Amino acid sequence: MDPISKFMVDHKIPIGAWGKSFFGFLTDNFDTIFRAFSNGLNFILDGLVDLLLMVPPVLLALVIAVIAWLLQRSRPLAIGVFLGLIFIINQNLWKQTVQTLVLVVAAAAMAMAIGVPLGIWAAHKPKVYRIMLPVLDLMQTLPTFVYLIPVLTLFGLGNAPGLIVTIIFVIPTAVRLTHLGVVSVPKSIIEAGEAFGATKSQLLWKVELPSALPTIMAGLTQSIMLSLSMVVFAALIGAGGLGTEINRALGSRRIDLGLEAGLAIVVLAIVLDRMTRIGVGGKK
Amino acid sequence: MTVAVDFKNVDIVFGADQAGSLAMIDKGATRAEILEKTGNVLGCADASLTVHEGEISVLMGLSGSGKSTLLRAVNRLNVVSRGQVLVKDGDKIVDVVTCDEPTLRRLRQKQVAMVFQQFGLLPWRTVEENVGLGLELAGVPDAERKERVHKQLKLVNLDQWSKKYAHELSGGMQQRVGLARAFATEAPILLMDEPFSALDPLIRTKLQDELLQLQAELKKTIIFVSHDLEEALKIGSHITIMEGGRIVQTGAPEDIVLRPANDYVRDFIANVNPLSVLTAWNVMRDRRDLEHGDNGWVWLDRRKTTRFKIDDHGLVAAAERDGKPAVWVSCADVEAQSEEAAQVFWANPGTSLKTVMLAMHRSQTAPVALFDDQSRFVGAIGIRDVLSAVLRR
Repeated sequence: MDPISKFMVDHKIPIGAWGKSFFGFLTDNFDTIFRAFSNGLNFILDGLVDLLLMVPPVLLALVIAVIAWLLQRSRPLAIGVFLGLIFIINQNLWKQTVQTLVLVVAAAAMAMAIGVPLGIWAAHKPKVYRIMLPVLDLMQTLPTFVYLIPVLTLFGLGNAPGLIVTIIFVIPTAVRLTHLGVVSVPKSIIEAGEAFGATKSQLLWKVELPSALPTIMAGLTQSIMLSLSMVVFAALIGAGGLGTEINRALGSRRIDLGLEAGLAIVVLAIVLDRMTRIGVGGKK
Repeated sequence: MTVAVDFKNVDIVFGADQAGSLAMIDKGATRAEILEKTGNVLGCADASLTVHEGEISVLMGLSGSGKSTLLRAVNRLNVVSRGQVLVKDGDKIVDVVTCDEPTLRRLRQKQVAMVFQQFGLLPWRTVEENVGLGLELAGVPDAERKERVHKQLKLVNLDQWSKKYAHELSGGMQQRVGLARAFATEAPILLMDEPFSALDPLIRTKLQDELLQLQAELKKTIIFVSHDLEEALKIGSHITIMEGGRIVQTGAPEDIVLRPANDYVRDFIANVNPLSVLTAWNVMRDRRDLEHGDNGWVWLDRRKTTRFKIDDHGLVAAAERDGKPAVWVSCADVEAQSEEAAQVFWANPGTSLKTVMLAMHRSQTAPVALFDDQSRFVGAIGIRDVLSAVLRR
């Protein structure tokens, strides 16, 4: 090794060590809190899964198809949703699919619940957005495996850490699209609201959010798709579902199992995507 | 006349260095100089203008002249850097520049409504929901709101379209919705920011006529921004011309056309047809300026072809044309004339110049007399007066 490189390596900045001691500090002092949180979350998620599994699969598939019809008022879509779910039942992957569905819907809902207010805040305060931007970039580009480790040490194995990892991965999309939607509200209609005496909150609820709704809904669809893409990684830290099947197929090199579980994820993705595309056309 | 809106030495500067820019304004710096030195944009400088109740005051100028900027100071869509904008609020007068937020909101909801160039309608709302926006924001109860909205839609002939979405309508209809939205709040003051500029000429003329009809009934105070002088002359009872953020001239339409303050205004009116603005009153020679003869005879024209004998009450006792007795006939009857006796046409001060010219044409360039409401002789118009008014010499 050349002397300059050697000098630099000898004086390595201990980022890894700092991170480790930070998480060590957290686990040493707040372990019970994290575990309690994790257990509670696991309880809720598992309970939901168990509840849904008590319903006969075909009936549940029918209910989901009806929801699809209520959301989109399209008969072909409802029939397509039903057939897709029947295919999954046929492949004997229903239990795993329900686990994945609960995880994905919970993660997307949480990500929207946190991301939409943050996006609105950022849209109103450009300074806040400038600070937020690098954090969002970090959350999206840091390889997923890297934050699997601390989440695993803090929350243990199970559905809860899987959910948390997924939320972290998905929030930036919810924030960004909400920000985009609110920033792109035409100035003319904001001024119209102001000119007729809107308060700040009236402006938000009656002008900005309705105008940004199509973009925010696109954010929801994106959130769901990204959550699904995290399923396989979440399975590595004990979240159940289709991801577990794929990991198992990978471990034992079983092409058949991998294909079946992979197709089930694709079907689920298409079903959720089509169901949540509301308001994109600007129609009611 | 009660004052509805009063701008007092209003300066508007966009940018960070307010103090520096204001100091430069005081020294009479132009917009370009201020931009170069401070990086700020001068919106308008030292603008003073009084708008009375019930009048249509038009702010005119090329784009960037500061006319919209000044208009938007009335409801504080633009923040005034220095000066006062006094707005009548019931029995009180409120300075919009310094009033607190709740007062401003109340003014915007109840006193000052606005119509926008790009309509500013909410595309996800139906026509009736758009018209009800102001009332909804002011917290007017549903039933009352529905009723008032319906009334306004009827007024602008849109009641069949109430359930349509705004974007399904044509431009002209969308702006009618904009008008109805402004009228629905029943605000006495109406701000109109180039409301008809985005429409095609035919629709524009139609909406101008509709606005004038509505105004005859509703008697609002309207401040109207336009870059089209024909439009300004048509609808304005007062016209203010702006250039580079400063007011150049303000006055009645015919004042602007007859006595332009500088070359900028002269350029502006160069292409305007004076016949559409001028009246007999604007071009006549006063009776005291006419040439008087013996026994109360007055020559109506410089060529001495026509004369009137005026009695002690100011009424016409006899008329003579080319030395022969003549009868005097109203310009209004210009079409139905026999050719028996020599005629002298007369008009009222408010008669349009066009009618006067027609009468002159019919009478082989004879002068036209002007009578007031009590038929008293007030002045006369000769061919030279007409020519100089039309040519603006």
